[in-house]
Amino acid sequence: MRTVVDLTRCQGYAQCVFLAPAVFQLHGEEGLLYATAVPDDQVERVRQAAAACPVQAILLGEEVSAGAR
Amino acid sequence: MPGDDLKDGRIVIVGASLAGLRGAEALREEGFTGSLTVVGDEPYPPYDRPPLSKQVLLGQAPADTTGLPMRRDPDADWRLGVRATGVDPLGKRVVLDDGESLPFDRLLITTGTRARPWPNPEEAALDGVFTLRTRDDAGGLAKRLAAGPERVLVIGGGFTGSEIASACRERGLEVTVAERGPAPLVGALGGTLSKLAAVMQRNHGVDLRCGVTVTALRGDGNGRFTGADLSDGGRIDADVCVVALGAVRNVEWLAESGLAAGPRGIACDAGCRAFNMYGIVTDDVFVAGDVSRFPHPLFGYQMLSLEHWGNAVAQAEVAAHNMVSPGPLRRPHLTLPTFWSTQFGLNIKSVGVPTFSDHVVIAQGSLEARRLAMVYGYQGRVTAAVTVDMAKSLDYYRHLIEAAAPFPPPPGAADRAIAADIAIPSDVPDPKGLSHGPTVALTGYLPDRRLTVVQPTG
Ligand SMILES: Cc1cc2nc3c(=O)[nH]c(=O)nc-3n(C[C@H](O)[C@H](O)[C@H](O)COP(=O)(O)OP(=O)(O)OC[C@H]3O[C@@H](n4cnc5c(N)ncnc54)[C@H](O)[C@@H]3O)c2cc1C
Ligand code: SF4
Repeated sequence: MRTVVDLTRCQGYAQCVFLAPAVFQLHGEEGLLYATAVPDDQVERVRQAAAACPVQAILLGEEVSAGAR
Repeated sequence: MPGDDLKDGRIVIVGASLAGLRGAEALREEGFTGSLTVVGDEPYPPYDRPPLSKQVLLGQAPADTTGLPMRRDPDADWRLGVRATGVDPLGKRVVLDDGESLPFDRLLITTGTRARPWPNPEEAALDGVFTLRTRDDAGGLAKRLAAGPERVLVIGGGFTGSEIASACRERGLEVTVAERGPAPLVGALGGTLSKLAAVMQRNHGVDLRCGVTVTALRGDGNGRFTGADLSDGGRIDADVCVVALGAVRNVEWLAESGLAAGPRGIACDAGCRAFNMYGIVTDDVFVAGDVSRFPHPLFGYQMLSLEHWGNAVAQAEVAAHNMVSPGPLRRPHLTLPTFWSTQFGLNIKSVGVPTFSDHVVIAQGSLEARRLAMVYGYQGRVTAAVTVDMAKSLDYYRHLIEAAAPFPPPPGAADRAIAADIAIPSDVPDPKGLSHGPTVALTGYLPDRRLTVVQPTG
């Protein structure tokens, strides 16, 4: 699974950082860095983070598969 | 329902990146049931670029893991690794470099931009010289940084160049930034914040050289980059060089198409419909993302060219809606430009168009605290705001811009800065004197100002 955060929307509330610290980290006071590839054992936590994000900035999903035609 | 036939037929999207993917998804969300083909010249499925200068260069994410998650499967035919070479607007076909041509009823163009190359091709080909736009660029550069070079030279102090320098310092690498203008980020943020950017770079150990141009890249005779000559007579010894001179719009393939496509992008109306070269709007060719230029009512209907992630998403959604909706149900793309950048531990966010300004005030916080909200005004009206580590304030200023609030803005925030009513000139320079392009460019003309997209520097 892949994740992307809409950082134009993110306001640094850091809920995601508490819910899935292995994936989301604050860099400095409020800059968010995240793992783009979500390990299987983190998917549930990222799902919770996406649900909890107050501005709904987190998207979790599959990428377009390479062989798609 | 009138317009139901628009929900069927053949739609082709050229450009398989952020705007192309979000456009494809939105078409299905809007009820399009016809055939959808997405053509992309990169061999990879759509991936996200902002992490390439951040997580990837920091070594926190491999370059091949930034694939964009889908919101929904757009059930499209993906033609990846295939370049579109032309459009026949009368026969309504997209011509591909593999000899095929794709018929369409409606076309969405999302071909974005590419990195402006170093002007001397021989020097650009030296081993160790990079640009940063694609996944392969980032993978190659990250590998070099991991190998621990003695010094990295970054040419251009725009957002991308500054983020690269920040990543280098965080990895403990020596880095020199050469910028032709007076300070980093000055083309996007104006004089005052560019001073903060310069201080941040120097405090973090960047060897920042402003007011100089790189005149030549040097090799060791075996094709390996060894350093560069500067216009002030100086010389930088380095083993990696990143050319960050801004972006070039991918429009060459449209040269024969009759569309209004030029160095500043493809002109379209507020509903994302492309203009042809006579300024007549087409009704079957739509544009979205970095390759577009579009009029915005809050900025005097000037044509904006944005290189912003958020704009690519929002504009693709509007384009998709309008592609499947009859005239009266179409929507304008009125989203305010919004941008973010993280560098040197700071979170910089902007809303509106900072270059569309004559004065600024620091409304909250201070430069010394490295935490502030700066508000930009043009002729007595709020036109933009930039926050540094104050993202939560940004929405407030967004409302002021949308409401065309008077500038300087009235007291609003509890932590209002002491000099919040003292406006100083915004000091936005002529882009021609910079190594980096502003990431928001006004490409129209106001009678008393000259602000256009930066031209090739060299
Ligand atoms: C290193 C980096 C860091 C960034 N950081 C930020 C940031 O912090 N904040 C922010 O707001 N924005 C940032 N951006 C900008 C953001 O990534 C872009 O705004 C966004 O990618 C635009 O998407 P797009 O789909 O319009 O264009 P692009 O992503 O440029 O995609 C266009 C696609 O079309 C393809 N193409 C071109 N011509 C053809 C053709 N003839 N036939 C077929 N395919 C073609 C291209 O190869 C490309 O894959 C960054 C960009 C880069 C490169
Ligand atoms: S929870 Fe949402 S707003 Fe908060 S830091 Fe995470 S992504 Fe940003």
